[in-house]
Amino acid sequence: MTILGLTGDESIAYAVKQSKVDIVAAYPITPQTIIVERFSKYVADGEVHTGYVCVESEHSALSASIGASLTGARVFTATASQGLALMHEMLYIASGLRCPIVMGVANRALSAPINIHGDHSDMMGSRDSGWVQIYAENAQEAYDWTLMAFKIAEDKDVQLPVAVNVDGFVISHCMEGVDVLEDSTVGKFLQTRKPLFGLDPDRPVTVGALCFTDYYSEFKRQQVEAMQSVPTVLERVGKEYGGITGRNYSFLETFGMEDAQAAIICLGSTAGTAREVARKLRAQGKKVGVVKLWLYRPFPTEEVSAALKHVKALAVLDRAISFGAPYGALCSDVVSALHTLKESPKIFNVIYGLGGRDIQPSDIELVFNEALETAKTDVVKEETMFLGVRE
Amino acid sequence: MTSNAEEKPGWKSLSIGAVLSEGGSSVKYKTGDWRAFKPVVTKEKCVNCLLCWIYCPDSSIIRAEKWVEVNYDHCKGCGICAHECPTKAIEMLEEQK
Repeated sequence: MTILGLTGDESIAYAVKQSKVDIVAAYPITPQTIIVERFSKYVADGEVHTGYVCVESEHSALSASIGASLTGARVFTATASQGLALMHEMLYIASGLRCPIVMGVANRALSAPINIHGDHSDMMGSRDSGWVQIYAENAQEAYDWTLMAFKIAEDKDVQLPVAVNVDGFVISHCMEGVDVLEDSTVGKFLQTRKPLFGLDPDRPVTVGALCFTDYYSEFKRQQVEAMQSVPTVLERVGKEYGGITGRNYSFLETFGMEDAQAAIICLGSTAGTAREVARKLRAQGKKVGVVKLWLYRPFPTEEVSAALKHVKALAVLDRAISFGAPYGALCSDVVSALHTLKESPKIFNVIYGLGGRDIQPSDIELVFNEALETAKTDVVKEETMFLGVRE
Repeated sequence: MTSNAEEKPGWKSLSIGAVLSEGGSSVKYKTGDWRAFKPVVTKEKCVNCLLCWIYCPDSSIIRAEKWVEVNYDHCKGCGICAHECPTKAIEMLEEQK
């Protein structure tokens, strides 16, 4: 066992190093910078044989990544916030051309006003772009999911890009002990990519051809099918990885849900805080639980429904606003997932942590108490709570 | 579903990601009918300098023996050839219905 002191960004860079990536094309942006900075050091020191493409923008970074991926190469890139926004049109091209690119995203707020700190506005704005989305809770999970992401993305049934998300600063810049695998173990787990086609002068192909009204829908339907194949592949990859590491991954992780009457569902680092507070409250006899989603796209509807159907009240934590929508993005998905239940829990949405505002155990406790009160009274006082926002 | 759609392959049998198993397929796609103005070459004025051949964004200038001709199947009528021609040998004429 090897434990290294790594930040979330560094743990992703380390996983990419071990994944024998052929091409990295990236542009630095806070709080993702350290991922590509560390990786460029691996390149400069000759520790990897990766082609490192320096580009002039994130739009170009993903464009170069798409081109490289289409040749059959294993490709990684990384971004955050405005960079992801600048990539936006290329996100759809990466998924539409079925490029199994893996991208590290250190989630950060979007301008304006300008802010460099963590929230999920960037990735939530790209949630319909056809990328598989995974959210890690800490540096260890970021490392583990990056390795698994290549295997999921490159599966013959998937062939889709995967974004591995870490909360800006709270994960990206905080150092933890990360249990890393031996290079040879990763080599066995993650074999060379087997592309559906590649760059071969003897067998030329056309990619990105014009596709009008008579075929476009059929190719979008193919993408839906690819997305639907992700859970099966992810489960298989998670089990294999668990067999190697003892760390088991699937769609979501629960705490205290066996008898919880009130629960929180959330993404990323907040789950750790929520679990700790739940542990404390449960010791006081309060029946609370936590559901942490690893997989956000495709949304694991059945598993979310199964995990939440017995609770009386549910607080859905969104670290981004979907302006004008009934709820934040995660809450809308959860409500959709539960709407077929005969007795759906009482649900309220909590908007929190925007622009990197810290979420303290006391904040989580307040949410749990609100959920417990809702469970008792069966009445939602406030559909959307803006946690800790001054009036 | 229209009868037209029934004749075409469905998503299950189409190539992944709309990849075509051949190169150069744009030759088959006749874009000439997008044209509103067509370039017409006056052979007598053409000095065969080939500036039009270099500038044409659609590779639609054809090199003949001592002058140039136009591939009207693919020329979209952008007029760059006429603009670049130093001897005014290419004129853009409105397409007739």
